[in-house]
Amino acid sequence: MSLAKEPQMMLTGSAVKSALRTREMLWGYFFIAPVVIGLFIFVVIPIIASLVLSFSSWDGSSNMNFIGLDNFVKMFSDQVYLKALRTTTVYTAITVPATIILSVMVAVMLNRQIRGRDVYRLIFFLPSVTMPVAIAVVWKWMYNGSNGLINYLLSLVGIDGPGWITDERFILTSIMIIAIWGGIGYNMIILLSGLQGIPDTYYEAASLDGATSWSRFANITVPLLTPAIFFVLVTSLIGAFQVFDLVFMLTPVTSGGGAGGVLQDATRTAVFSIYQNGFTWFKIGYASAQAWVLFVIIFLITMLQMYLQKRWVHYE
Amino acid sequence: MVGEKGTNPVARVVIHSVLILGALTMLLPFFWMITTSFKTYADSVQIPPVWFPAKPDFSWYPRIFEQVPFGRFYFNTIWVTVGRTVPQVFLCAMAAYGFARLRFPGRTAIFIGVLAILMVPSQVLLIPQYFEMVRFGWVDTYKALIVPGIFSAYGTFLLRQFFLTLPKELEEAAVIDGCHYWTIFWRILLPLTVPALAALTFFVVLWSWNDFMWPMVVTNDESMRVLSVGINSLQGVYTSQQPLLMAGAVMATIPLLVFFLVLQRFVIKGISFSGIKG
Repeated sequence: MSLAKEPQMMLTGSAVKSALRTREMLWGYFFIAPVVIGLFIFVVIPIIASLVLSFSSWDGSSNMNFIGLDNFVKMFSDQVYLKALRTTTVYTAITVPATIILSVMVAVMLNRQIRGRDVYRLIFFLPSVTMPVAIAVVWKWMYNGSNGLINYLLSLVGIDGPGWITDERFILTSIMIIAIWGGIGYNMIILLSGLQGIPDTYYEAASLDGATSWSRFANITVPLLTPAIFFVLVTSLIGAFQVFDLVFMLTPVTSGGGAGGVLQDATRTAVFSIYQNGFTWFKIGYASAQAWVLFVIIFLITMLQMYLQKRWVHYE
Repeated sequence: MVGEKGTNPVARVVIHSVLILGALTMLLPFFWMITTSFKTYADSVQIPPVWFPAKPDFSWYPRIFEQVPFGRFYFNTIWVTVGRTVPQVFLCAMAAYGFARLRFPGRTAIFIGVLAILMVPSQVLLIPQYFEMVRFGWVDTYKALIVPGIFSAYGTFLLRQFFLTLPKELEEAAVIDGCHYWTIFWRILLPLTVPALAALTFFVVLWSWNDFMWPMVVTNDESMRVLSVGINSLQGVYTSQQPLLMAGAVMATIPLLVFFLVLQRFVIKGISFSGIKG
């Protein structure tokens, strides 16, 4: 009897097992379904739509005409768009290194037992939790040519300050100053956590060898901090190429021409251009094509970073 | 960490001076925002500037509620922030658990799809998402402001990474005891995930509260504006009334600042753990 029963039990055993598998599978789909379906509707479908649109001359209302690669060809001779790419590049090339150098300095200074360390850390992080429009509003007021705080402070040391946000030669610089001011704190937090991962024993050994504090900084701190710097560099470059909020808020609203038009020409970044083409000029197809070109640029720069990191990033 | 004793006194003075100068530069705009919001109009345009108003004018704060529907902007911002954050954190945690722990066909392929979405920048999505809202008839509704902001590849990825660091033994014991997957997720794993959930919650709140481009694009009606869009549009109209703008900026900033101070510990840890982008 026992012999007859055994195979039967094995059978139920595997049946139970497959029932459990099915149960796990169904629960698996249940757990991921809301996010996956949501992403499909609000991200995947728009991505496909954007690709399709980038080959069209759609203006938002009439029938869609497909014009092949025309949008992409047009970009290379569109002076406004090329200027926007140059402006974005200048913005990135200045704000990213400046922010990183300053945040490394602050992080290194705060990575010691100095009085008020937590307060400093909090103060530098403040702009990261402040609404961009609040930042824009107050800086605009401080930049004001006649009643602004900054030109007043400059006048104390005998400098006749420019029209920071009304002069097309200065407005981009003014925006970059805000971006650097606001970007230090966030990078500092990442760099600080990188610094805290450097074992004290390295510094102790170097001190015994009589290394100066500069050589400790250059030979221990910087090399061991490179992974954190690399991370900050990659995310900052991506963020800088996508800059929009500050630029939009600091630039006067206008549909073209006039003084506002000149200022717009000075500050128009790649994303600003996408926004304007899409929502002001209703060149939906062209704007979509620009968005894809920007994506490809960012993607290539990120890949280049990944490739170059072997040269300078030290992983233990 | 290098002890303060190790450094020489001259270096210490230099470091402190640089830090104090830096901190003052960081604080100056905040100081200016707050004092200006309490100045009379005459004081606000005075040169040399008035650092501390002798006769503080508290009227700008109530006035902004009278001149524009500021209370409505406030309500909209809170509603959009809560409406995005609560479902997002919850649904991301669910999906993260599914991807990290349960076995089902297609799991890897779907997860790679989620990772691919992470790389697509928001400006590629902006225009088609807007026309999707037009198609759905959602323009100028809370649905447009909230629903597309709920589903996050980033949150899913972040929490999955966190779930993977938790020991499996806990759940295995529960599985043997015949516990339901939902019970395991809800009773065993979620409580262990609180630090990661807190960090994610903070950042979703930060992004939703400060979001500017999307609310600007999907709303036209003044009653549907959020704080960021509302204050930005005030700029053009009330350029001569700086204290009014500053009062608005202060009120838009304070709730988030308080929220950050409460969750500070988790936020700093969250950034260090993941490099989550603020």
